[in-house]
Amino acid sequence: MLIRKLSKAASAAFVLMLAGCDGGVLDPKGQIGIDEKHLIVVATLLMLIVVIPVIFMTLYFAWKYRDGRDQEIYAPKWAHSTAIETVVWIVPIVIVIILGVITWRSTHDLDPYKPLVHEAKPITVEVVSMDWKWLFIYPEQGVASVNELAFPANVPVNFKITSDTAMNSFFIPQLGSQIYSMAGMTTKLHLIANEPGIFDGISANYSGAGFAGMKFKAIATQTPADFDAWIAKVKQQKHTLDSAAYAALAKPSEYNPVEYFGAVSKGMFNQIVMQYMHMDSHENMEHMDTEHAPDMADMKGMHDMAHMAGEHAMENTQNMADMDSSTHSAPSLTKDSSTEPLSLEHSSTQKVEAE
Amino acid sequence: MSFLGKLSLDAIPYHEPIIMVTLAVVAIAGLFIAALITKYKKWSVLWNDWLTSVDHKRLGIMYIILAMVMLIRGFSDAIMMRTQQALATNGAAGYLPPEHYDQIFTAHGVIMIIFMAMPFMIGLMNLVVPLQIGARDVAFPFLNNLSFWLTASGAVLINISLGLGEFAKTGWVAYPPLSELAYSPGVGVDYYIWALQISGIGTTLTGVNFIATVLKMRAPGMKLMQMPIFTWTCTWANILIVASFPILTAVLGLLTLDRYMDFHFFTNEGGGNAMMYINLFWAWGHPEVYILVLPAFGIFSEVISTFTSKRLFGYTSMVWASGVISVLGFIVWLHHFFTMGSSANVNAFFGVMTMVIAVPTGVKLFNWLFTIYRGRLRITVPVLWTLGFMVTFTIGGMTGVLLALPGADYVLHNSLFLIAHFHNTIIGGAVFGYLAGFAFWFPKATGFHLNERLGKASFWCWQIGFYVAFMPLYVLGFMGMTRRINHIDNPAWNIWIYLAAVGAAIILVGIILQFVQLYVSIRDRDQNRDTTGDPWNGHTLEWSTASPPQFYNFATLPQVADIDAFTDAKEKGTAYQRPKHYQAIHMPKNTPSGILMALGITAVGFAAIWHILWLAIVGLVGAFIVFLFRAYNNDVDYYVQPDEVARIEDAHLNHVVRG
Repeated sequence: MLIRKLSKAASAAFVLMLAGCDGGVLDPKGQIGIDEKHLIVVATLLMLIVVIPVIFMTLYFAWKYRDGRDQEIYAPKWAHSTAIETVVWIVPIVIVIILGVITWRSTHDLDPYKPLVHEAKPITVEVVSMDWKWLFIYPEQGVASVNELAFPANVPVNFKITSDTAMNSFFIPQLGSQIYSMAGMTTKLHLIANEPGIFDGISANYSGAGFAGMKFKAIATQTPADFDAWIAKVKQQKHTLDSAAYAALAKPSEYNPVEYFGAVSKGMFNQIVMQYMHMDSHENMEHMDTEHAPDMADMKGMHDMAHMAGEHAMENTQNMADMDSSTHSAPSLTKDSSTEPLSLEHSSTQKVEAE
Repeated sequence: MSFLGKLSLDAIPYHEPIIMVTLAVVAIAGLFIAALITKYKKWSVLWNDWLTSVDHKRLGIMYIILAMVMLIRGFSDAIMMRTQQALATNGAAGYLPPEHYDQIFTAHGVIMIIFMAMPFMIGLMNLVVPLQIGARDVAFPFLNNLSFWLTASGAVLINISLGLGEFAKTGWVAYPPLSELAYSPGVGVDYYIWALQISGIGTTLTGVNFIATVLKMRAPGMKLMQMPIFTWTCTWANILIVASFPILTAVLGLLTLDRYMDFHFFTNEGGGNAMMYINLFWAWGHPEVYILVLPAFGIFSEVISTFTSKRLFGYTSMVWASGVISVLGFIVWLHHFFTMGSSANVNAFFGVMTMVIAVPTGVKLFNWLFTIYRGRLRITVPVLWTLGFMVTFTIGGMTGVLLALPGADYVLHNSLFLIAHFHNTIIGGAVFGYLAGFAFWFPKATGFHLNERLGKASFWCWQIGFYVAFMPLYVLGFMGMTRRINHIDNPAWNIWIYLAAVGAAIILVGIILQFVQLYVSIRDRDQNRDTTGDPWNGHTLEWSTASPPQFYNFATLPQVADIDAFTDAKEKGTAYQRPKHYQAIHMPKNTPSGILMALGITAVGFAAIWHILWLAIVGLVGAFIVFLFRAYNNDVDYYVQPDEVARIEDAHLNHVVRG
C-alpha cells in the first residue's frame, strides 16, 4: 500500500517536473506525442526501480565501509556469492524483459509508417526538405506552401517525405514522431493534432549552414472549414509551382519567409524524388514539364541497382506496395521479384519516350 | 593544377581573429617549449629516449600527453559552443557565424572521441597491460611505436586544418550527402577523412598488437581467467577494435572514392545511397563507444578492489559481462537511426538488443557495490572518480535505455537529450575512468605522487560542473531543442542554456586544476617519491616493479597462480625476492622508423587533402623506403647483461627495504 502511494507520488512529481517543459515533447498536443510521452514516463519509472537503489547503495556503502570504521566487518577475500550474483543478473534481466515487451508493443503501435485509425478521412501532405526550408505540397488540394504547414485538428495527416538536398529530419515536437527526409526516397509519417494550435516545426538533422533557420509553423486549424479557408487563401496566390518556380525555390536560402503557391504542376513530388535516379539532376529538371514527366524514370547507369531502381519506380508509378526505407536498404529481391521486372520495364520504356 | 594543388595563401583564415590569435598563442608556446629544450640541451634526450622509443611505458606516456593536448583543443571548442549558444539567444547572432560554428562542433566531436579519449585509453593500456601480465613489452614493440605515430599523424592533420583551410562542417559523423563534394566542396571533409583514416589504421594495429600480447606473452602460470580485470576489459576492447575499425577504414575509403574519383556510393545522384554510409559508420561507431568505456570499467574495478583492500567481487561475472557487452555492441548500431524509417520489427529488434546491454552493465555496477561491501574503502582521488562514475553513469545508462525505446527516440532523437545522454556516459563513464586511472597509475609511471588536494578539488569541479552543464541539456531536449543549432530564438530555453554555460565554466576550472595539479606535483616531486613501487598496496603485477618500472619491467618473469598475483606473492612471502642469478634480458632497440614512416604518411594525407600529387608520391615512397630499411635491418635488438640487471634490481630492492 505504502509502495503504491509512494510510486503514485513519485509519478505525480515526475509528471509535474516534466510539465514545466511548455511547448516541448512533454507538452504533446497530438495522440502520437501523448502516447510517446506516456511511454517515456512509464519506462523511466520502471528503470528507477534499479537506478535509485544503485545510487543509494553506492553512497551508503562508500560511507559505511570507508577506511577507519573498524567496527564494520572486513572480509578481504570474500569475492563470490552465488546468491548475490544470481540476484544481480536476474533483477536487470526481469526489468529488461518487461521493458522489452513494452518496446516491442510500443514500437509497433507507434510505427511512423502505420496509418492512424480514425473516423475522419486523412489528408495527405507531401514534404520536401530543401536548402534550407520546408516545402509542403497538398496533392489533393493542388497547392503548396513553404515553411508553413496547415491541417485540421482531429484529422489524421499522412506525410510523404523526401529531400532535395542533404538528409534532414521532419519534426513537430508537440505532435510526436520525427522521420528522416532523404533524397531519392520517400519516407512516411502519420500524425494527428488532438487540439487546434500553432506548433513549432523543425529539422532535427543537421544539414548545413542554414540549418538553424530551417523552421516552420504547423497550424492545426479548429475545423476542416478553417483548413479549407487556409487552402482558399493559398489558392489566391496566382504563383504556380512548376519546374521553373521549383528551380528558383531550390536555390539555397536561409530564413526563407512563408510562401504560397496557388497551383502545383501535377506529379511535382514524384518528380522531385525521381530526379535523383538520373546521373545528372540538371538534365532531369529540364525534362520536368514534358508530358511523360510524372512517370519519368531514367534508368541510365542503373543496371546493377535494379532492385533499388525498381522500388523507386514503383513508388513513382502507383505506390504498388507500402514500401519503407528498411526494405530499400535490406535486399528483398525474393519478396518483390514478382512486381519488380514489370515496373522496371515500364520505367525504361518511359525513359525512351521521354527522351 | 598548380604546384601546390589547391593550396594557396588564401587558405590561411586571416579574417578570423579567433583562429589567428589561437595560432599565435600556439606558435609562441611552441617556441617557448623549443627554447626550453634547447636551453637544457634535451633535444637528444627527446629524440633518443622518447620519440624513437619502443618502450610501451614511454609510448603510454606520450599517448596521454597527446590526449591532454587534444583535450585542451577539444574543450576550447566546447567552451566556444556553450558561449555561442548563450550569447545567441533571443535572435542575437552571437560571435560565431555558421561556417565557423559548424566546424567547431564537428572538430569537438572528432577530437574528443578520436584524439582525446582514444589516445588516453590506449595510453593507459600501453602503460599498464604488459606490466599486469608480467611481460617485458608488447608483442610487437616497433609496431606499437608506429601505431602511436600514426595516431599523432592524424592529430597533426586535424590541427593543421585550423590554420590552413577549414575543417569539416558536417558534424562528427560526416553523413553524406552533406559530406559529399556537392554540399561540402572545401577541404574540410578531406581533413576529416585523412585524419580519421590514418589514426584509425594506427588504432587497428594497436588492437592486433595487444591481442597478440595477451595471448602470447602472459607470465608463466597466468591463465586467461587469471588476467587482471583491466587487462581483460582492454582485451575485449582490442577485439572490438580489430573487428570494427576496418569498417571505418572501408567506409572512409568509399567516401574518399566518392569525393576524389567521382564514385557514387553515397551521393544523391547516380544511384548512391547515403543510408549505406550511415549503417556502416555506426557498425563501427557503436562498438567504438564500448572500446572507450570497457577499459574504463576495468580501471574502476582495479581501483575499487585496490582501495577497499579486497578482492574484486564476481571476477568471472565481470569478464563475461564485458564479453557480452562486446558481442552485443555489434548488433545495436541501428538504434542511432530509428528515425530512418525502418519497419517496426527492425526498430523493435535493435531497441530490445540495446536494452539487453543494460543487463551486463547493471551486473558490473552491482559487482562494484559488493566489492565495496565489507571492505575498507580509502577515499582517494581514484576512488572519488569511481564513486562519481557509479552515480553519474547510472543516470546515463537510464537515459540510454530510454533512447533505446524507438517510441521515445522518435521524439528525443538528435535532441539535446541525446547530447546529454552520451556526454553522461562518455564523460561520466570513460573520461572519469581515465582520470581515475591517471591518478591511480601516475606514481607507477613517474615515480612520484600527484597532489591529492588539487586532485580532489579537480574532481569536485568536474563532478559538479558535469551536472550543471548537462542536466539542463536533458531538459532542453524535452523542450524540443535539437542539436547543432548556432542560435536560439525560444526565450523559454535561455535559462537552461545559461546554466549549461556555467557548468562548462566549472568543468574548465576542473581541467585547469588538473594541470595545476600536474605542475605542483612535478615541482614537489622530491617530497612525494614512491620508493617502493607499491604505493597503494596493489593486487596486480605492475605494483611489483619499481616506480617508474625498470625499462625491462621484470628482471625475472613472475610465476602466477592467482588473479591478484602480487597480493598472492606478498601473502606467500615470495614478493621482492632476489634470485641467485640474473639472466641476460633480450630487449628491442629504439628506432626512428616509426616516426619517419608516420611523417611520410602525414605528407600523403596533407597532399591528398590539397591535391598535391608530387608530395603524395614523395610521402608514400619515403614511408615505403623507411619501411624497407626497417624490414631488412637485423640490428633491432640487444641484451641487457646480468650484472647490469643485478645493479638495477639491487638499487630497487634496497629502496623497498628502506621503504
